[in-house]
Amino acid sequence: MSFSLNILMDLQDMWRYSFMQNAIEAGTLTAIVSGVTGYFVVLRKSAFTAHAFSEIGFAGAAWAVLSGISPLAGLLIGSNLGGLGIALLGRRAVNRDTQIGIVLAFSLGLGLLFISLYSGYATQTYSILFGEILGVSHDQVMETVAASAGILVGTGVIFRPLLFSSLDEDVAEAKGMPMLALGIAFMTIVACAVSFAVEVTGVLLVFSLMVTPGATAQYLASKPSRAIAASVIIALVATWLGLFLSFYTPYPVSFFITTEVFVFYVLVRLVYTRFRWEKISQGSLLRPPVDRGG
Amino acid sequence: MARSTVEPATAEANPGVISAENLSAGYEGRSVWSGANFSFGKGEFVGVLGPNGAGKTTLFRVILGLQRPMAGSIQIFGAPPRRGNPHIGYVPQRHTIDTETNVECLELVRLGLSGTQWGFDPFVHHDRDAALSALEAADATDLVHRRLGALSGGELQRIFLAEALVSNPEVLLLDEPLSNLDIKRETELLHLVNNVVRSRDVTALLIAHNINPLLPHMNKVMYIANGRMATGTPQEVLTSETLTQLYGIQVEVLKDPHGNVAIIGVEEHHGDIP
Repeated sequence: MSFSLNILMDLQDMWRYSFMQNAIEAGTLTAIVSGVTGYFVVLRKSAFTAHAFSEIGFAGAAWAVLSGISPLAGLLIGSNLGGLGIALLGRRAVNRDTQIGIVLAFSLGLGLLFISLYSGYATQTYSILFGEILGVSHDQVMETVAASAGILVGTGVIFRPLLFSSLDEDVAEAKGMPMLALGIAFMTIVACAVSFAVEVTGVLLVFSLMVTPGATAQYLASKPSRAIAASVIIALVATWLGLFLSFYTPYPVSFFITTEVFVFYVLVRLVYTRFRWEKISQGSLLRPPVDRGG
Repeated sequence: MARSTVEPATAEANPGVISAENLSAGYEGRSVWSGANFSFGKGEFVGVLGPNGAGKTTLFRVILGLQRPMAGSIQIFGAPPRRGNPHIGYVPQRHTIDTETNVECLELVRLGLSGTQWGFDPFVHHDRDAALSALEAADATDLVHRRLGALSGGELQRIFLAEALVSNPEVLLLDEPLSNLDIKRETELLHLVNNVVRSRDVTALLIAHNINPLLPHMNKVMYIANGRMATGTPQEVLTSETLTQLYGIQVEVLKDPHGNVAIIGVEEHHGDIP
């Protein structure tokens, strides 16, 4: 598998391998789900919470490996329990950095214990931490299909109340929205989305699909529907490009994905800041920069 | 409900949009205020004043159905308060938006109407028209596509007002909308609220710390202090006798030739010298 200048042939080359097909299918679904849920994660300022889920999920996954069951099941159980706990803590829970941090550290410690107890190969642990999308099986793709459908439908159902409560919690509550139920529903959605994103990026790099595309999209569009579309596109392109690049290089997929979304985020921030500055100066609040000469 | 735009707003002709009898409210068995009797009619602009912690926001929470009264009764349009009453538009206190929120104003105002609906239909836009007319009523058409995080305090208050107006409420509860506004913006916002009250014939309760900016607009004033309330027209309430009785200490109300009042004897929050 050597890289040629004929991209089409390269892609065909990639598609010939069933592990690449599985990786592309699972990656595509995960990118869509992460892009959608990530928008809300960023809007609700729950990036740290999302990260905590994945670490609690790590303890669950390490326990699952130790018990001989699927790491994904362990991830789902761990992150959902974490999500439920944080949702029950109440409406200002996303701001509870300290409590979340304490639980997070404890979970990582538990995970470490389970790994040390496990006598088999440590590769599974490594793939939970850093992602192993190239090892995704056909069955796992099918699981991802089912989960993605569930997550997207769930998000669609709570879309407007979730958006409303994210922007204006007090008024949404006064209007009779069930804030606790909404919080639990959202945390469940994020916990499931995180668990599947971990397959692609791993626990430690889950931000790259769950947070960075959503954060970048907020600068690109001010209508939520368009921002979500942008977030999905960023996550998708990053995943595809990451798979493509790692197919022809010896470096891991998650490294490429994290790097791509990071570079794009920085570019957007730079352009956006500049654009805003120009708008301000055009609005005659500030004069255009004066050339002071050499 | 039909909305009359010609009839002048008179409390006597149409009493009882909000009425309370012997109402008490508080937290965890401890009452904040008690024995409140009041009645506000259609199209009345009511200023709610009193020191911090006197229970002004508590009153709003009771009206919104977010908190049950401890004793007595309160009726809104002849029914007990219930959470999610579509007749009430609400702007909460210290209501700010994170500066990094890059969502346009129109979307928030639309959600004031459709944000309580489950599911999602990308092809229905009835809330858009309602939002645009609410933004017009709040004099905020220039802000439609601005990002929420980039707005100034006065601009934000106009957006929150539009958000509260979008469902065509008949009662408006505004919790300290004037805080963080300079005197010019304060006057502008009060004019705006007054226009809304008059043109839509809504009953508005506005919590404020300064009485003087409200004087040209309000029909009634409610003072909450010392666990009690004094309610009535400004002429009735803004007297040395009434406020002395309410606060339980000697209070002096002075009036200058321009109609401004100065309340002497109570803390700086509610006695203000223009």
